[in-house]
Amino acid sequence: MTVQSPPATDQVATKNTTCYMCACRCGIRVHLKNGEVRYIEGNPEHPLNKGVICAKGASGIMKQYSPARLTQPLRRKAGSERGAGEFEAISWDEAFRTMEERLRKIRATDPKKFALFTGRDQMQALTGMFARQFGTPNYAAHGGFCSVNMAAGMIYTIGGSFWEFGGPDLDRARLFVMIGTAEDHHSNPLKIAISKFKRNGGRFISVNPVRTGYSAIADEWVPIRPGTDGALLLALTHEIINTGLYDRDFLARYTNSGYLINLDPASDQCGMPVRSGAPAKGDNPEHGHNQLWWDRHSGRAVVNHAPDADPALLGNYRLEDGTPVKPAFQLLLERVKEYTPEWAESITGIPAATIRRLAHEMGITARDQRIELPIAWTDSWGHEHETVTGNPVAFHAMRGLAAHSNGFHTVRSLAILMSLLGTIDRPGGFRHKAPFPRAIPPMAKPPKGPEAVQPDTPLAGLALGWPAGPDDLCVDADGGPVRIDKAFSWEYPLAVHGMMHNVITNAWRGDPYRIDTLMIFMANMAWNSTMNTVEVRKMLNDRDEQGEYKIPFLIVCDAFQSEMTAFADLVLPDTTYLERHDVMSMLDRPISEFDGPADSVRIPVVPPKGECKPFQEVLIELASRLKLPAFVTAAGARKYRDYPDFIVNFETEPGSGIGFLSGWRGRGGEKSMVGEPNPRQWEMYEKNNCVFHQRLPRSYQYMRNWNQGYHEWARRTRVRRYTDPIVIQIYSEVLQKFRMAAQGKGKAQRQPPAHLRERIDTYFDPLPFYYAPLEVQTTDTARYPLAAITQRPMAMYHSWDSQNAWLRQIHSHNLLFINEKTAKSQGIVDGDWIWVESMHGRVRCMCRTSEAVEPGTVWTWNAIGKAQGAWHLAPDADEARRGFLLNHVISEELQLADGARVSNSDPVTGQAGWYDVRVRISKAAADEPAETSPQFAPLPPAPGTNRVRRLWQAFVAGKGEFK
Amino acid sequence: MTQLALVIDLNVCVGCHACVTSCKEWNTSGAAGFMSDDNPYDRDPTGTFFNRVQTFEVGEYPDTQTVHFPKSCLHCEDPPCVPVCPTGASYKRPEDGIVLVDYDKCIGCKYCSWACPYGVREIDEHQKVMKKCTLCVDRIYDAKLPEAERKPACVLACPTNARLYGDIHDSESVVSKAIRENAGYALMPEWGTQPANHYLPRRKTEMRIHEDELDRAANPLKIDGRLPKPGVKDPSLDDVTSW
Repeated sequence: MTVQSPPATDQVATKNTTCYMCACRCGIRVHLKNGEVRYIEGNPEHPLNKGVICAKGASGIMKQYSPARLTQPLRRKAGSERGAGEFEAISWDEAFRTMEERLRKIRATDPKKFALFTGRDQMQALTGMFARQFGTPNYAAHGGFCSVNMAAGMIYTIGGSFWEFGGPDLDRARLFVMIGTAEDHHSNPLKIAISKFKRNGGRFISVNPVRTGYSAIADEWVPIRPGTDGALLLALTHEIINTGLYDRDFLARYTNSGYLINLDPASDQCGMPVRSGAPAKGDNPEHGHNQLWWDRHSGRAVVNHAPDADPALLGNYRLEDGTPVKPAFQLLLERVKEYTPEWAESITGIPAATIRRLAHEMGITARDQRIELPIAWTDSWGHEHETVTGNPVAFHAMRGLAAHSNGFHTVRSLAILMSLLGTIDRPGGFRHKAPFPRAIPPMAKPPKGPEAVQPDTPLAGLALGWPAGPDDLCVDADGGPVRIDKAFSWEYPLAVHGMMHNVITNAWRGDPYRIDTLMIFMANMAWNSTMNTVEVRKMLNDRDEQGEYKIPFLIVCDAFQSEMTAFADLVLPDTTYLERHDVMSMLDRPISEFDGPADSVRIPVVPPKGECKPFQEVLIELASRLKLPAFVTAAGARKYRDYPDFIVNFETEPGSGIGFLSGWRGRGGEKSMVGEPNPRQWEMYEKNNCVFHQRLPRSYQYMRNWNQGYHEWARRTRVRRYTDPIVIQIYSEVLQKFRMAAQGKGKAQRQPPAHLRERIDTYFDPLPFYYAPLEVQTTDTARYPLAAITQRPMAMYHSWDSQNAWLRQIHSHNLLFINEKTAKSQGIVDGDWIWVESMHGRVRCMCRTSEAVEPGTVWTWNAIGKAQGAWHLAPDADEARRGFLLNHVISEELQLADGARVSNSDPVTGQAGWYDVRVRISKAAADEPAETSPQFAPLPPAPGTNRVRRLWQAFVAGKGEFK
Repeated sequence: MTQLALVIDLNVCVGCHACVTSCKEWNTSGAAGFMSDDNPYDRDPTGTFFNRVQTFEVGEYPDTQTVHFPKSCLHCEDPPCVPVCPTGASYKRPEDGIVLVDYDKCIGCKYCSWACPYGVREIDEHQKVMKKCTLCVDRIYDAKLPEAERKPACVLACPTNARLYGDIHDSESVVSKAIRENAGYALMPEWGTQPANHYLPRRKTEMRIHEDELDRAANPLKIDGRLPKPGVKDPSLDDVTSW
C-alpha cells in the first residue's frame, strides 16, 4: 500500500462546528471531500473536548447519510390510523398554511390549547420564547423526565448543579466519589478528567448498582440498591457530624447552618429562621439577609455575619422575647441522629463498616489534604481573604440519584454532604459554571395563574421558572393546575423543568382540560421517551364519542423517521446538526468552564438534504406569520429574515445588549456578555473555533456564592441582577414556606387544597429525609422483588443512533443483565428468553447473567429496542426482535394507597420515577417465539427516505456512490 | 530500528468505543479502505473494523472487575502472519515495523488470519482482500498535517488518552517509559510473536486510615460544646483522696 495524495480534482475543505451526536457539545472539525463528509475529528483548540471525540461523534457520517432521514414535509394519509405511518408528501407552503391557520385560531381563543414539548434539544431559549410569545403555559423540554431532581435539588440548596451548571474539579481533587452516574452526562470532559485524575494518583470510588463504563475503572466499586442513595448520604452525614469531620468554618460563614430557627409552636413563623427588623445586607428585595445567629462569643442573638460574631451551630437558645430557637445545624444533627450506618445498611445493602469508612475517607481527605491557593478575594461581607481554600473531595452524580420519586431529597442530601465537607466552589471540590451560581431560587418565575393566559397575548411570566414559595405556583383559584402537565401545581410545586411524561396522558384524559394541538420536537414520545408505551400509543390514536381524536392535532418535527413521527398528522423534516446554525446560548445552557463563561455555535458544513428545514427556521417563520410581538415590528412586519439574523439582532429588551450569544457583541465585536448587536458575530465565532470563552480573573473563579468581586462583575455583565450573597440552604426556607402553607401558617396567600395538605406537609420538609420511592411503597415487593433500571451506553445516545450503520453494530440489541445467583434461583441461564413483569405490564427479553450487578437489581441499555420498521430498519432487525424496551413495564401514573391517582414522579419536582419500578423474572415457555414481546405492526418507510442498501454497503467519501 | 506501536492503558479505558468508530471513519475513505458493512440496516449487522473493544467480567460479585479491552493488530516484531502469506502481500515494513497488507497482491486466502493468534485480521468479502490496522500509515507521515496530529485516528480520538503511540525501540519514547514504569505487558508472549503493542494493567489507589486520624485535636464539636471540658465543680479525685 502506498500513501497517495488525493487527486488534484478532489475538492477538499475543513470546517469547524459543534457536535450534536449527544448533548455534550464538543468542538469538531469536519473534513469534506467533493462535498461529502470525509472525516469528523475533535477540535484540538476547543475548550470542552480539547481534540478528543467519542464513538458517537466519530460516527456522525452515518447519521448524515442515514436512510431514515426525513426529507419532505409529510401529511398523514386521509383515512389512515395514527401510528400506521402512512403519509403523503406536501410542500412547506402547505405545511405552514395548515399550521398558521390552526394556531392563529387557537391563539385568538385559548392559547393554552397549543402545547409545545421538546426533547433533548439545545434551543430551549428559543422554543420557550416562542411558547411565551404565543401565550401558552404548556411548554417544557425533556428535563422533567430526565434529571430535574438533580437540577432542582442542587440549585435550591447551593445555587448550582452538575453538568452544564457546574461539576467536580478533578484537576485538584484527591478523592472522587461518583454516585448514580453510569456512562454519560458529561461525556468527553468527564472522561478526560477522570483519566487525568487517576494518573495523578487520585482515588476514585463509584457507588452504583452496576459496574460498567466509568465504574469499571474505579478503585472501589460500592454496589447499592436502586433508590436508596438518600439513605447512604444521610448515614454519611450522620457519621461525618458525629466524628467532627465537617468544615465548621465553612458551614458557619457560607451556609445557613447558624441561622436560628423559630421553634415556638404557637408562632405563625414556627419553622422559619428568625429575622431582625430591617434588611441587613445587599440589594435583593427577596433576600433581606437579616436572619439571626446566636453569637457564641457574646452569648446573644445577632444579625448573621455581624462583625466579630461567630454563630453557635449547636445547642438550643431562647431569644429575649422568649422565643425558643435552635441553629439550623442543630436541627440537621437531630434529623440524622437515627440515620446510623447500621440503619442505612439494612436499606442500601452496603455494610455499615463500609459506610463508616467512606465517611472517614471523605472527612480525612477533606481536612488533611487541604489546598491553599494564593488567591486574594473579598467576601460578600467585606472580609478580605488572602487565600482560597480547597478540601479536595469531589462528587459527581446524575440520573441514578435523580430518577426516583425520592430523588429531590436524595440530591439535597448530597448537596448538604458536599457543603459539610466544605467543597462548594472551591478547588478540588465542586465548581460552578457561569451563569451559575444563581440566587436560591433563581429569579425567573412561572405565571401565577389562569389570568396569565389571554387570547392574542404573550404569557405573563416565563413558562418555566423557580417558585420561591406558594404564591409563585401556577394554579387557579381552587388550587387546581393551569398547565396541562400540572407542573407548578400543588401536586408538583417545584416542577421547574415541566413534566413532559404526563402531557399525552393528561391531554388524552382531558385532565385538567383538553388541548387542540400538540407539537413535539425531537422527542420519541411513542416509544423510549414515554412511560407506559403500549397505552400511550393507544391514547395518541384514541377518539371521543364524536369520532374526533382526543388530541386533535399532532405535529412532530424530527430529522428521522421514528416511532413518534408515525403518529403525527403533520411531520416536519428537521436538518441534522451538520446542516444548520445553532447556538449553545447563555440564555439556555451554555458550555461554560469553571474559569469563566463560554458559549458556542454550530455553523452548517453541508447543505440541508432534500427539503429539510431547521426547526428554528420553522419557529421563526410561524412566529412571523402569527405576528408574535417579539418577532414583528410595531407595524406588524416581519422582523427577522431567518434564524442567523434573529440570533444576531434579537435583544431581550430593546437596547438591553443581551442576546443569545455573549461573544463578539458591540458593533465591531469589541464587547462581550453585553453589547449592541454585531452584524459580523457569526463570522467571528466561525473564525474562533465556534466558541467564545472568557477566562475570569483568578480571584473571581472561586467562592462565587459569596465573592464580592465576582458579583460585581456578574452585575456589570448582567449575569445577575443583584450582588447579594448566595447562602447555602442546609435548611431550606423555600420548602418550609410550602410546609407552612400546608399547616395553614405563614405569610403565603395560597394554601393547598385539602386533599394535598398532608402530601405537601410531608414532602416539603426543610431538612432532607429518606423515604422509599412512592412506587416501591405501593408495590407488593414480595411479588415483585427486583429493581429494574436502565443505563445509557457510551456508544448510543437514547434512541438517536439505531439508524446509524456503525453504531448499531455495537448495540444492535439489548439484553437484561441479571446477577448470576439471582438468575440461578429462578432457573434462568445466560441466553434464556425470559419475562420481566411489573405490576404495570410485562416484556419478553433475553437474559445475560453478570457478576457486575447488585443481586436485587436487573438492568439493560436504554432505548436500544425499537418498533418494527422504525428508523428505517428492516422489520426483522435485531432492534425489533432481539432487543427490547423496558418502558413496557414502567407506568407514568401510580395509584396511591388512598386511591389517589398521581404521576409516577417526585412529589416535590415532578421528576419521572424511571428507576423505581419493581419486577419479577421468569423463564419464557419453550414454545414461545424467540423474540421480544409486545410487538407492533411494522412501519412502512416514509415517503422521501432513501432506499436502504440491504446486503452491504461501504462508505467512501467523495465518490458520490454511497448515497 | 524503529518499531511503532500502541500502548493501551487499561487503567483508564472506559470502553467508550471512540477508537472503534474513529478508526472506521478515517480508514473507510482512506488508503486502507473501504470498510464494508453487511446487513447495515437489517438483522445481524456486521462489518469490518480494524479495532474492536471486548468487555468482560473478572471475579465474583461483589469483588467484580469489569474490563474493557480494545484490540487491534499488534504489529508483532516476529509476525506469524507474514511468512505464511503465499503471495508476499502481508509484509512488515523494515523502516517502522508496521505490518501491512498489499491489496494488489492479496488473494484473500486467509492463511494470515489463521496464523494470527490474536484474531485481529478482517477479511473483506466484497473486495476479497485481508484488511487490518495500518497504524493509520496514511496519517502518520502526512506532512500536510500539524505534527501533533500525525498520529493514528484512534489515538487522537481517545477521550481518556488510554492509547499511547510511539516507538518502543526508543527507550525515551512515551510508550517505552509507560511500559517500563507501569508494568506494561505483551499479549500471549508464549507464542514468541513479540507483539509491538503493549497493555498497561489496572492500578489501584487505596487510602489507609490511621486510627488516630479520627481523634482530632481540632474537632469542631468542641467549639459547639459537644465535647465539653469538665466543669471546675465536677467530681474529681481531689474530692476523695487525702494522702
